[in-house]
Amino acid sequence: MNAAYAIVALPLLGAVVLLFAGRRLRDPVSGWFATVMAVGSFVATVVTYFSLLGRPSDHRTVDKLIFTWIPVANLHVNFGLQLDPLSVLWSLFVTGVGSLITLYSIGYMKGDPSFSRFFFLLNAFVFSMVVLVLADNYLFSFLGWEGVGFCSYGLIGFWFERESAAVAAKKAFVTNRVGDFGFMIALFLMFQHFGSFNYSKVLTPLMGGNATLASATATGLALMLFLGAVAKSAQIPLYMWLVDAMEGPTPVSALIHAATMVTAGVYLVARSAPIIHFSPSAQWVIACIGAATAFLAATVACNQNDIKKVLAYSTISQLGYMFLGEGSGDYTAGIFHTVMHAFFKALLFLSAGAVIHALHDEQNMKRMGALRRYLPITFPAFMIGYLALSAIPPFDGFWSKDTVLAAAWHKSPALWAVGVVTAGLTAYYMSRQVMLVFFGQARWTDHAAERGAAGHAAHGSGQPHEAPFTMTVPLIILSVASCIGWLINAPFGGLDFLNKWLAPIFPASVATPFTVATGTKWIIGLVATAFAFGGLFAGIAAWRRHVDRPALEPAFLARAWYIDDTVAATVSGPLTVMASAFSFVIDARWVDGLVNGVARLAAASGRQLRRIQTGYVRNYALGIGVGAVAILFYVSLRAGS
Amino acid sequence: MKTAAIPILNIIVFLPLAGAIVSMLIPAAQESRLARPIGLLFAVVEFGFVMYLCVDFPVGQAGFQFVSSHSWIGAFGISWALGVDGISLFLVAVTALLFPVAMFGPSLRTNAREFMAWMLLLEAACMGTFLSLDLFVFFVMFEVTLVPGYFLVARWGGLRRNYAAMKFFIYTFAGSAFLFVAILALVLLVAPRNGGHETFSLITLARYASSLPAADQVLIFCGFAVAFAVKIPLVPFHSWLPDTYTEAPTAGSMILAGILFKLGAYGLLRLGVYVLPRGAADMAPVLLTLAAIGIVYGSLITIMQRDLKRLVAYASIVDVAFIVLGFFAFSSQGVTGGVFEMVNHGLTTGALFFLVGVLWERRGTLRFKDLGGIQKSAPILAAIFLAVVMSAVGLPGLNGFAGEFLVLVGTFITHRWWAVVATSAVVTGVIYMLWAYQRTFHGPVVAGNEAVRDISWREIAAVAPLLAGMVFLGVFPRPFLDRITPSVQVLLGHVAHVAPSAGVPKPGPNAVTYTVPADQNVDRAVRSVSVTRPSSPPGGSGSAAAAAPGPAPEAAAVPAASAASRGVR
Repeated sequence: MNAAYAIVALPLLGAVVLLFAGRRLRDPVSGWFATVMAVGSFVATVVTYFSLLGRPSDHRTVDKLIFTWIPVANLHVNFGLQLDPLSVLWSLFVTGVGSLITLYSIGYMKGDPSFSRFFFLLNAFVFSMVVLVLADNYLFSFLGWEGVGFCSYGLIGFWFERESAAVAAKKAFVTNRVGDFGFMIALFLMFQHFGSFNYSKVLTPLMGGNATLASATATGLALMLFLGAVAKSAQIPLYMWLVDAMEGPTPVSALIHAATMVTAGVYLVARSAPIIHFSPSAQWVIACIGAATAFLAATVACNQNDIKKVLAYSTISQLGYMFLGEGSGDYTAGIFHTVMHAFFKALLFLSAGAVIHALHDEQNMKRMGALRRYLPITFPAFMIGYLALSAIPPFDGFWSKDTVLAAAWHKSPALWAVGVVTAGLTAYYMSRQVMLVFFGQARWTDHAAERGAAGHAAHGSGQPHEAPFTMTVPLIILSVASCIGWLINAPFGGLDFLNKWLAPIFPASVATPFTVATGTKWIIGLVATAFAFGGLFAGIAAWRRHVDRPALEPAFLARAWYIDDTVAATVSGPLTVMASAFSFVIDARWVDGLVNGVARLAAASGRQLRRIQTGYVRNYALGIGVGAVAILFYVSLRAGS
Repeated sequence: MKTAAIPILNIIVFLPLAGAIVSMLIPAAQESRLARPIGLLFAVVEFGFVMYLCVDFPVGQAGFQFVSSHSWIGAFGISWALGVDGISLFLVAVTALLFPVAMFGPSLRTNAREFMAWMLLLEAACMGTFLSLDLFVFFVMFEVTLVPGYFLVARWGGLRRNYAAMKFFIYTFAGSAFLFVAILALVLLVAPRNGGHETFSLITLARYASSLPAADQVLIFCGFAVAFAVKIPLVPFHSWLPDTYTEAPTAGSMILAGILFKLGAYGLLRLGVYVLPRGAADMAPVLLTLAAIGIVYGSLITIMQRDLKRLVAYASIVDVAFIVLGFFAFSSQGVTGGVFEMVNHGLTTGALFFLVGVLWERRGTLRFKDLGGIQKSAPILAAIFLAVVMSAVGLPGLNGFAGEFLVLVGTFITHRWWAVVATSAVVTGVIYMLWAYQRTFHGPVVAGNEAVRDISWREIAAVAPLLAGMVFLGVFPRPFLDRITPSVQVLLGHVAHVAPSAGVPKPGPNAVTYTVPADQNVDRAVRSVSVTRPSSPPGGSGSAAAAAPGPAPEAAAVPAASAASRGVR
């Protein structure tokens, strides 16, 4: 079990070394060093996983104290790890996908002047993320939560000379802080109510079924925690930052803004299931926000031209599915979809990165086309990711989306219907993307000249070319995972390992078990699959021969329902006006004006009083005389009373 | 109570004073060569003594340690009394750390000798304020800080330095008038209860002040509060701050922001809350509200600043409001967090002003429209700046978070909605800090920033101790909290005892109990009244205590040992 320390320590060591010595190690040594640290963390997680597996299923929670962090009176917070099925599962795919993407980045970031800074941030990210999931209390987890936010900030703004990247980085951090506001309020409530942040003190009693929680407290806690999750996992109304985050290098989009960090909200909700259990209204909120986000983001994804922004909206949409599953009370379904999504969305982003790399930083899909002939590894990899995300059997997405939709059906057929329609939209926008990028006419030749010859000169030719092996190996591994990953939770033959593995985390006292009749399951599954195929073929038919179809690309979808514009007008605008008023009118004129006014008053009265100082003795004598009489008068009054 | 083999506290106060005198005695011909090394030597040796003090300070003890008391002006009950407890210990430490950094880091152009002398005099006065156990000494030291403060701004400041220095001096001096009157009123009102002997002793005053009529306690507290609110400064008494901090030279801003305002916050806690708990309890809603307003209002103003140094100055207003919020939450976490935050703020704001000064030396302007894209040519400076910004916005793992979180959680458990309002600063704080960082370091390189020299080794050496402190306090705050908490617990026990209306949370069933030595126990006078007159209500109202037959002077009033060491928590 001591391998658990290495899960956390290795990426931390990597980050510290790269922080201080990165500039000396340079390209590509620091990349390989970071990869070794990430892989080491993954190996340590695997070791931990097997030692947990060797224990009986109800003894798979192990606490590891590191040291005491903040002790003040009755508040006592440790740095400590909790190894249990949930945390180790998350740690497995975080370090696994993280290792692959670190490896991929060696090729992708080759030649960047800030190569080492990139890998410092990647290792710091893996460290923060494993802290987030392995912590044994909410506050230590919050450290990881903020740490991943910081790394995300640094990586979105990695190419800081670009104004858009700098703005996007700040926006991501600020939006996440709105969520942190909720998270912190939840922490305060938790301390007031439980006197602790430890999972063992807060959650374990609730899981045992001995303790109960007032509905109001549970709702407050659950909704405040969910506010944190909404920001981190880019749900309505705090999702825009994730789209802007595509300013970061593509491996970052794959790792942080698709596979791992954005699932932190899903983790937080799953971890807090014992609290949420006591608040049905919070469950409804989670499910509805999830379904609404899934649908809304999918509609917008149908109409984006940037290859990464399609995937970004798709990520937002799929995160919505995860919350839909969790809010519907089937946490395992949400988590299953999270893991599957990590595989196929990382695959899609990395393939998209290979496409962008091949076309020398071209991201507009309308300037791509026919790339299947030039990218022999990337093309099949992207196709696998495409089919998996579109929920086409037998790829990963089909199985996990199916379990989510079954749970949604149990919660409410309306939620299920939204999920099914979204599944159709998902297949449609992915078909559109695949058609625009890999089929049709090669449109990149027309634009090669205007992009400048610099990139081409470096590579020697204008032909798109396949990426180096450090980039293709992760593609191949993730392709395999996207094909067969679903076997971890196959819904037949007693092969539902994930259900069994997570069973101790979600006992009946936390997530009331339910069953959907087998016949119903078949029907709802078939309907969803029909929608997926329908969307798939509709997309192919619509975009096989066309590049621009204004009828299918209405402006309100391109502008994402004008939501970001509305937020900018209703929140940022008035806030700026108010801040300006405070700053330049109230503070400068009134508060400071009053102070300087008092000073002027004093100076002015001094000037007036100076006239009394005539220098004539007779005037002073008169003054003394009047004063003496006045004092005598006062004293006699006092004596008389 | 712990005593030391050497008169450590007197050394800490007088060593910088000696340094100031020695600096002035350096021959003018040697000034450029000797002034800075000699001044620095004194500051570093001072730091060594303070480190010794910190290491020697006993963990888990609440009372004043290393007390040194000598009668000074006996006729008025004034004595030269120094002592240190968990609340003042780390303020002394951060003072001793920040002074050498401020003397070493920024480059110095003119009058090094005089500059060192004023700095060392300021350090001595700050140490004296933090360590004094006598209100007269406190007042003198508190006022003495104004003189070097004034000259540092007026002689080495920016373009509007005379306006800024004058405003700073007059504004805070006007506040001090309230302090002076409040101290005199307190001493004169307490004298009859102390056997007719005037005393300025902090402990004695704290012991008897709680038997004064409630209205008097509130009035005197208000006098303290106004004086310290100006010094801190608390909104709406803040308007001297941006001018002063912006116009001050780098070293001056570091010390003014990092140390001087803490004299006010410390005074509010030590003179306000400790001596007059009932006044503090009655006025707590006002101060909490002012703090919450300060956080929201200060954040909004800060966002709109167009000059980096002014922005950092305004950000200080938000930080100090957090400290006041924590103090008047009257919970262990809140007050401990406030004290911890004072230490944090010294490091973080000191480092911020230092780095702003580094930029100023390179660019000669700090207006945002002239900055931008500097990370390109000065990546290490940018990285260090970002680390300090992250400390300022409270990233967990750095020092800012522990203080901010403790303040907020401590406030939440006693005054929920104030805490919710204050928590909004986690959003607004990143808006102004990251926007400032973005406009300075990110984006396309603005004309004039193409070749900004990166931070030099000397400057790295100066800021490194502050960075190390930020990480250490963020990751392992325990040694600090373990020393602060007992003193805070005893202070809150006193507040709970005197002013039940303060709403101090009840200690838990297995809370640790801390005691102070008998001669420092300030709840004893009230207790002894209720012992001698069992019919009077426990806790004794003001009039009951006043009517008690001739409360004996301090020395004779030692009751039974059991009553003496009243345990709190």
